[in-house]
Amino acid sequence: MTARVVIVGNGMAGARLAGELHAREGDRKVTVLGAEPHRAYNRILLSTLLAGRIDEPDVELTEAAGHGVDLRSGVPVIAVDRSAREVRTDDGERIGYDHLVLATGARAVVPTLPGLDPANLPERVVPFRTLDDCRRILAAADGARSALVLGGGLLGLEAARGLATRGLATTVVHPREHLMERQLDPTAGAVLAGTLANFGVSVQLGVSATGVAADANGVRLDLADGRSLRADLLVLSCGVRPDTALAQAAGLTVRRGVVVDDRLRTTDRSISAIGDCAEHDGVLTGLVAPAWAQAQVLADVLTGTDPLARYRPRPVVTRLKAAGIDLASMGDAASGGPGEELTFADPTRGTYARLRIRDERLIGAILLGDNPAVGTVIQLFDRGQPVPSDRRALLLGRALGAVGATPAASPALMPDAATVCQCNTVSKGALVRSWRSGARTVDAVVAATRAGTGCGGCRDAVSGIVDWLSQAESVEVTR
Amino acid sequence: MTLRADDAGVTVHPREFPTNRGGLCQKGWTAAELLDHPERLTTPLVRDAATGELHPASWDTALDRVVAGIRAVQDDAGRDAVAVFGGGGLTNEKAYALGKFARIGLRTRHIDYNGRFCMSSAAAAGMRAFGIDRGLPFPLADLGRADTLLLVGANPAETMPPLVRWLTEQRRNGGKLIVIDPRVTATARQADLHLQPLPGTDLAVANALLHIALTEGWVDRAYVADRTTGFDAVRRGVAAWWPARAEQLSGVPVADLEATARALGTGGRVIILTARGAEQHAKGVDTVTSYVNLALALGLPGRDGSGYGCLTGQGNGQGGREHGQKADQLPGYRRIDDPAAREHVAGVWGVPADELPGPGVPAYQLLDSLGTPGGPRAMLVFGSNPVVSAPRAARIEGRLRDLDLLVVADLLLSETAALADVVLPTAQWAEEDGTMTNLEGRVLRRRALRPPPPGVRTDLAIISDLAARLADAESADVDPTDANPASVRPAAVAAARFPADPAVVFAELRRASAGGAADYAGISWDRIDADDGVYWPCPTEDGPDTPRLFADRFATPDGRARFHPVDHRPAAEEVCATYPLHFTTGRVLAQYQSGTQTRRVAALRRAAPEAFVELHPDLATRLGIDDGDPVRVTSRRGEFRAPARLSAGIRPDTVFAPFHYAGAGRANSVTNDAVDPISGMPEFKICAVRVEKA
Repeated sequence: MTARVVIVGNGMAGARLAGELHAREGDRKVTVLGAEPHRAYNRILLSTLLAGRIDEPDVELTEAAGHGVDLRSGVPVIAVDRSAREVRTDDGERIGYDHLVLATGARAVVPTLPGLDPANLPERVVPFRTLDDCRRILAAADGARSALVLGGGLLGLEAARGLATRGLATTVVHPREHLMERQLDPTAGAVLAGTLANFGVSVQLGVSATGVAADANGVRLDLADGRSLRADLLVLSCGVRPDTALAQAAGLTVRRGVVVDDRLRTTDRSISAIGDCAEHDGVLTGLVAPAWAQAQVLADVLTGTDPLARYRPRPVVTRLKAAGIDLASMGDAASGGPGEELTFADPTRGTYARLRIRDERLIGAILLGDNPAVGTVIQLFDRGQPVPSDRRALLLGRALGAVGATPAASPALMPDAATVCQCNTVSKGALVRSWRSGARTVDAVVAATRAGTGCGGCRDAVSGIVDWLSQAESVEVTR
Repeated sequence: MTLRADDAGVTVHPREFPTNRGGLCQKGWTAAELLDHPERLTTPLVRDAATGELHPASWDTALDRVVAGIRAVQDDAGRDAVAVFGGGGLTNEKAYALGKFARIGLRTRHIDYNGRFCMSSAAAAGMRAFGIDRGLPFPLADLGRADTLLLVGANPAETMPPLVRWLTEQRRNGGKLIVIDPRVTATARQADLHLQPLPGTDLAVANALLHIALTEGWVDRAYVADRTTGFDAVRRGVAAWWPARAEQLSGVPVADLEATARALGTGGRVIILTARGAEQHAKGVDTVTSYVNLALALGLPGRDGSGYGCLTGQGNGQGGREHGQKADQLPGYRRIDDPAAREHVAGVWGVPADELPGPGVPAYQLLDSLGTPGGPRAMLVFGSNPVVSAPRAARIEGRLRDLDLLVVADLLLSETAALADVVLPTAQWAEEDGTMTNLEGRVLRRRALRPPPPGVRTDLAIISDLAARLADAESADVDPTDANPASVRPAAVAAARFPADPAVVFAELRRASAGGAADYAGISWDRIDADDGVYWPCPTEDGPDTPRLFADRFATPDGRARFHPVDHRPAAEEVCATYPLHFTTGRVLAQYQSGTQTRRVAALRRAAPEAFVELHPDLATRLGIDDGDPVRVTSRRGEFRAPARLSAGIRPDTVFAPFHYAGAGRANSVTNDAVDPISGMPEFKICAVRVEKA
């Protein structure tokens, strides 16, 4: 059992780990050191904050403070002393640990461009990563009429949609030939661009930026094709880079991220890493779900709840979260290869679906727009469960899955055994027999058979049958 | 309903009443068939020690056997060695008398009832949020006016068909009906929007709905500030439930979550109702709480035409949980561990408060302890059939067999009665007066049409007689030689303390409930007759009753409703390679509860003759099962067999069976006995199974 756990980072991964440790039995002291001066917050909600639909308190997350958890925000860690098993904070304090967890996250990449000094960005040029970034974007957007977003990946598009919601004419500049090229194929990218256009977001594709000029009045983005775009602010969404500085300085093995094994241990048994800063099996996660799964495994290991717990990456589902845009991408959907391929495209209405199936399992999918089966597709992919024998159920969803007998066009076509009144188990044949026994009105048929006396939902159907009986000269009834 | 008796027997006639508006389902129409049913018990049965068979016996013989058995175990193992198990179908008078009999007749702390398997999770969630538990805090008629109505795990089209008339009216008025259910039920088919989550994920769905309401600005901030406490913790908790996360867990598309949240957040009159589908989980209280949180954040409870409610199940599901047949409860919905409550009730009962036992344990824990070291060795069952209705039923059947004495009062030889040492034949609904309290908290009258047949007694008469005989036997013990002819015989005192006349019992119930949450003090049978029922609380005879709660304040000490942060947690048993399918249970229209009554009505048996296993055609194909094939459903706890019924209306990862049936088709043979830590509700709605062709 670990006595003193120090977590560096109070972001999505670090705060989650503190909560997981808090929820487990045992006596331990957990210290969480967050560099940002805020409560733990939900990064996923920042684009909603950008859109002006929520306020800052609404992005706060539950914090596991008290009960053995010492939570300190605004306390950057500047060094790890592995031999002394201490971390050192920027105000010189030394905090001892028995187990150290690095959850330092990732930092926004500032592209190397003339006019952009990462250490001293112009006021109207802001990356989109942290709550403070969000505040700066909002400050720059105040009174602004237009915005540029450099980078047409997931986060860039969410930021663009948020700025457009605020009423800014927004342009996304993306160096690749289609949007979100890691998750989408060209057709999906084009449909998505069309959807964005409807919300006031225009897209410049296949062109890279060559320089930035900014002053108090606005920003100019120079492009490789010689054009220049002007706006009131520029948001940078050019990817992130794991924050590995502490690990590197401490001599831990670092490739793109801090290298960890299945138990999330670094090359020092007393130090783990989780979340965006960690590299497991050559993969950087960059998403919340795997970070939280890592937090759970690490808590199980550290507390002894499940000493054999191992982190097993699950297939990743990417979901674009923006008002009016419904996009899910998972697995290997963008490329070709062996297996079945199903597609449905209705670009006019912004709908596109592409499913790839091998051995009765989904290996990839792109669903954009109105796809009622999206929840089913995600679950089948996530759990590796077999797909329906009728594949259309996945492409078209509930429209096809709707069950229940469609009412016969005429009572004459209805089989006598068909149940008309479920509440009282009255068949069409029973209604006809009551008619033959002398019941000649709806009320009389109801009194004789009890049809329609429960929920009352079949009353129209009973009336229809009585009408039909009234008009038919002779009715054949079979049992 | 109204009954008429003539030479041809008793017939049922629907009654225009504000709740059912003249509607009756097949169970109502055929209810009178049981009055003169050939299998009806008309004499006590006592098990013969030599043959092991049940034989007819006189009431004296049967009751003497009961008293001797109770005395034997209590002398040997203490008062708590006897347990009482009641039912949500008992009238208020019977529920009250049974609780009183347990506490001061038997002086055992062990009493609980089958309502624990019904709505206990909603009751606990309501108590902690609102300080009171009344199924609907508004009249049922409000459903017909709702702009948006959300049903969570409720299938009234099968379980309460006359209620569907209100849903029809609601949609006729332009309202939107949204149903959350893992199956395309008869109710879901009528919905404007149906969310079909994986069983066990309703809580995550609710948290995502509140997440959306927050991000869209639909939370009623003024209401939250003025009328509630604890919102910040809930707000931070649901911040972690963005819709895509709930989608991956539940399978409900983000777009449907958004449409639901919009209908709830922007409708005028909005009602959220939960039922067993949300409640019968090991996280049932938290699941209900998540929907209560949603309702509170939207400012619904107490707003005219809006609110949160629970669809209570059994005939007297509401009244049965108010007057003391729950382990932790005294009449008037008082807590048995509250000194003031004990003092009040003991005063009404004429005993010192310190003679009242403390709280017992919830139903499943009680049943599971029977016949074990330290557990009760005798049990009296009134109006319940746990052999069919309890989770992990084979185990409970074994526990019942381990008892020294099992006494069952019933009108038919239920599966539980068949195990009893003594079976006492009781009167039916049409043979006794009393009151029931419906899901609206409206107290209703039940009127006797005819006396019970010869040889049959009412439950109240049985309790009265048992109390007298026990008192007699005890006093004989104290000093048999010291007979004082001037003193009143203890039996007479006990009989007076446990009257058999329901009118007398109700008068006492009124006094006992006075000042409690469920205050009946101002409710008389005459007033019920005059007003088409009376809504509790009703503290004075000349004062008003309370059709709508919460208009000004909640029943908490500070008058504010309380938010509680709740988070999703997995089901107690998750699917694995050996048991790869989710199993869930429920009801069918033509059967009721454990089926003791409805399985004996010919028309209902024809409509729903046997258990079935509902599964998706794709799943059936993979398992090599055709429609109608006999299949075996196996869990870690047991198995049952029933024919397959293929339906595209169920998720391919989930199978369903109704729980009404006994023997080889008993669905509860496989259900999980994990219980909710707060309510004691078992996890009937989800466990892991394997399905094979039998």
